[in-house]
Amino acid sequence: MGANEFAKLPHIGESLLRKEDLRFLTGRGQYTDDITQANQKYAAFVRSPHAHAALKSVDTSAAAAMPGVVRVFTGQDMAGKMGGLPCGWLIHNPDGSPMKEPPHPILADKKVRYVGDHVALVVANTPEQARNAAEAVMVDYEVLGPVIDMRTASKAPALHDEAPDNQCYKWTLGDKAAVEAAFAGAAHVTKLDITNNRLIPNAMEPRAANASYNRATDEYVLYVSNQNPHVERLLMTAFVLQLPEHKVRVIAPDVGGGFGSKIFLYAEDVALTWAAKQLNCAIKWTADRSESFVSDAHGRDHITHAEMAMDKDGKFLAMRVHTNANLGAYLSTFASSVPTILYGTLLAGQYATPQIYVEVDGWFTSTAPVDAYRGAGRPEATYVVERLVTRCAWDMGLAQDEIRKRNFITQFPYQTPVALQYDIGDYPACMDGAQKLADVAGFDARRKASEAKGLKRGIGYSSYIEACGLAPSNVAGALGARAGLFECGEVRVHPTGSVTVFTGSHSHGQGHETTFAQIVAARLGIDPSQVDVVHGDTGRVPFGMGTYGSRSLSVGGTAIMKALDKIEAKAKKIAAHLMEASDADIEFSGGEFKVKGTDKKIPFGQVALTAYVPHNYPLDKLEPGLNETAFYDPTNFTYPAGTHICEVEVDPATGVVRVDSFTAVDDFGVIINPMIVEGQVHGGLVQGIGQALMEHGVYDPESGQLLTGSYSDYAMPRAADFPVFKLGHVCTPCTHNPIGSKGCGEAGAIGSPPAVVNAVLDALKDLGVKDIDMPVTSARVWTAIQQAKQ
Amino acid sequence: MKVELNVNGQAVSADVPENTLLVQLLREHLQLTGTHVGCDTAQCGACTVIANGRSIKACNVLAAQMQGAQVTTIEGVAAADGELHPMQAAFKECHGLQCGFCTPGMVMSSIDLLGRHPNASEAEIRELLEGNICRCTGYQNIVKAVQQAQKSLNA
Repeated sequence: MGANEFAKLPHIGESLLRKEDLRFLTGRGQYTDDITQANQKYAAFVRSPHAHAALKSVDTSAAAAMPGVVRVFTGQDMAGKMGGLPCGWLIHNPDGSPMKEPPHPILADKKVRYVGDHVALVVANTPEQARNAAEAVMVDYEVLGPVIDMRTASKAPALHDEAPDNQCYKWTLGDKAAVEAAFAGAAHVTKLDITNNRLIPNAMEPRAANASYNRATDEYVLYVSNQNPHVERLLMTAFVLQLPEHKVRVIAPDVGGGFGSKIFLYAEDVALTWAAKQLNCAIKWTADRSESFVSDAHGRDHITHAEMAMDKDGKFLAMRVHTNANLGAYLSTFASSVPTILYGTLLAGQYATPQIYVEVDGWFTSTAPVDAYRGAGRPEATYVVERLVTRCAWDMGLAQDEIRKRNFITQFPYQTPVALQYDIGDYPACMDGAQKLADVAGFDARRKASEAKGLKRGIGYSSYIEACGLAPSNVAGALGARAGLFECGEVRVHPTGSVTVFTGSHSHGQGHETTFAQIVAARLGIDPSQVDVVHGDTGRVPFGMGTYGSRSLSVGGTAIMKALDKIEAKAKKIAAHLMEASDADIEFSGGEFKVKGTDKKIPFGQVALTAYVPHNYPLDKLEPGLNETAFYDPTNFTYPAGTHICEVEVDPATGVVRVDSFTAVDDFGVIINPMIVEGQVHGGLVQGIGQALMEHGVYDPESGQLLTGSYSDYAMPRAADFPVFKLGHVCTPCTHNPIGSKGCGEAGAIGSPPAVVNAVLDALKDLGVKDIDMPVTSARVWTAIQQAKQ
Repeated sequence: MKVELNVNGQAVSADVPENTLLVQLLREHLQLTGTHVGCDTAQCGACTVIANGRSIKACNVLAAQMQGAQVTTIEGVAAADGELHPMQAAFKECHGLQCGFCTPGMVMSSIDLLGRHPNASEAEIRELLEGNICRCTGYQNIVKAVQQAQKSLNA
């Protein structure tokens, strides 16, 4: 079944209300911290207060003697008994040598390398007893110099013996010589230095885990707030604890948001699982928000210099980019791939730039590990491209939309100079749609009205592209991925015709229980209420890769489609037998099997029942039952794209920026549930606009302390910070999956930051302000205005 | 110490340590886990409940201070027969929730918000939700849900 045919089925394109809502609205959700097990003990972690220090001694005697304490574990207890946390993506230097991969111990053994690094694990009868005892663990630190600024990291004290200059890798992509030649012949070169601010993900449910061990069966169960339980289990059992994989069941129950930060295998999850066996009990740990701030993997944190070579008409000839990427103190699970594979490959954007060369230096610093956060590399690439393109426009005396239109890719498939092949898109249509929806024609009048109030109004564009649904496993493997990137789906038709779907994708807000039910209902001609979706449990679901990179529908949904193909094929044989027809003469639509050219038909439910009560059944040719599993490995990335237009009003007296309107016209291919998709865009936009205007993870350069470690210091977007968004869609169905879907989860966070900053710079142009870094706070705007006056 | 209060219409008596927070009493002693803890600085609002007619953050008040109080949590908002409160129904109809973690606090705050400001404008609703953080919805459909509930409650 092709995407165009699929899109016409009932329930496809229908804003079905969500099946999962009732439990969340009535307090019946089951998040990890809501689960309490038999023989439940509680954990607290002793964390480093120093950014970089040698661990001289850890004295647990006073803590161990405190009321209710079961045991205190240190790095010494674990040394030699387990491996460290693995990194899932191997990056190579230009000379072919591998990146530096220093050990990432579960509990620190010789050194601590960031504030929040794990030093000891206390297990006690109550959470309070565990916390009190954690305070009584006496640690003797020899404080060493922190490494905060990437630009001076090579001269700072070495965090790891394996990386004396604190550099993890250098990575390059593109034809350097061709780029240099193009620059040499350019009519104009535009240059830009930009910072992509460090972000702290802040899923509203803090990370949590509850591990138990059953001595009688030698089985473990780990409940964990996580986006991909099979990956968590594989990494933990195969690389760290060397446990038999089948003896460990990982359950990610209701998960309160992830945004990437819950993809990774964290030290706490491993420590609890290991300790559960040592103590033969269940151990629960739930981060408080302060702990989340210092210990969740952070996002972004790039410093970039970018240059664009153009001809006299503003046509792009070549781009070159150098980026310093902060990886934090250790390599988190996918840290190495984010500023390389997921970043450099996106630098073509929507433009037919013939040559691109990018160089990335990845640095260890004494800060929390940096890894994937909503968009993961693609927001960073988009920010570089879209800030640079707007600057190019202004340098060339062109409008922001005009320079984009002159350089848009219009022929597909399109091979970029940075490895990707875009299958399909319609960038001018997204631009036109956004300009109409944003009423760009009325902008001048609005600008005059703002001027009359003493305010500066600006408009900013961003035409983004992303690569989702990664990726063909063999291609990813050749690029250094140490995992497969397929997804599984199992469709279990019950005897009465209702269906349970088991998916390796994980929903932590995305509404899979509804969207996936719509797919099955559409294909089988049954009501969505007859379909339940199970996810997040290695004990129930076949091996799957989980949810990240906007892949759930295009990869996980396709696996379900493939399983449905098998269901349909088998059901047709059963129907043919029942109607005494040949298999080839059976048609299936609207929930009915029909014999071509006759009025003979039987409903899906009758076939389902026959499969399980096979009295009149071709048992000699066909197994009973109607239960099929499929694994789908994508053949390409998907390429969602769109244009975002932001309008801001800036008060030049105070520097306060107000987002007056925000328009997003996106091409996600075929949409199954528009309501859910719009919700995803809303959330992404607020995270992106939040990055542009207020969010910023800051470490003190002298002490290495996290200065933004609470909601008092880290600005979280609130309801009053935003207008009602204007959303529109263009649809060019993805050409290589049967749903035609491209993914929508990250687009908002990818496209929006440059639109906001370009709008602010447009507003401040008359005041002589040429540049400003995110977050564009009122203090920064006011300062930039004052500096421009001098 | 012994704390006696009314939770969701039921008399409750619990023997808890003096430093027990209301949210701990609800979650750990009464197993009412619909009230969530999303921060440790009384800013996220995931723990919002209604006590004696006003929304409060249950992480920021001792159980001992609730002696004799009437407390409603998310578990007590729907009718006894399961019919959703208009605010719950509006959140569902407007897709005002995604991961669901902030949702109980959002619903409780929103019920109190409309109780005190039945005619709040869109801008006022946004301002009045200042004490509740959502990371999924961008607040767009939460605001829409509160406006829809406003219509049905004021009808």
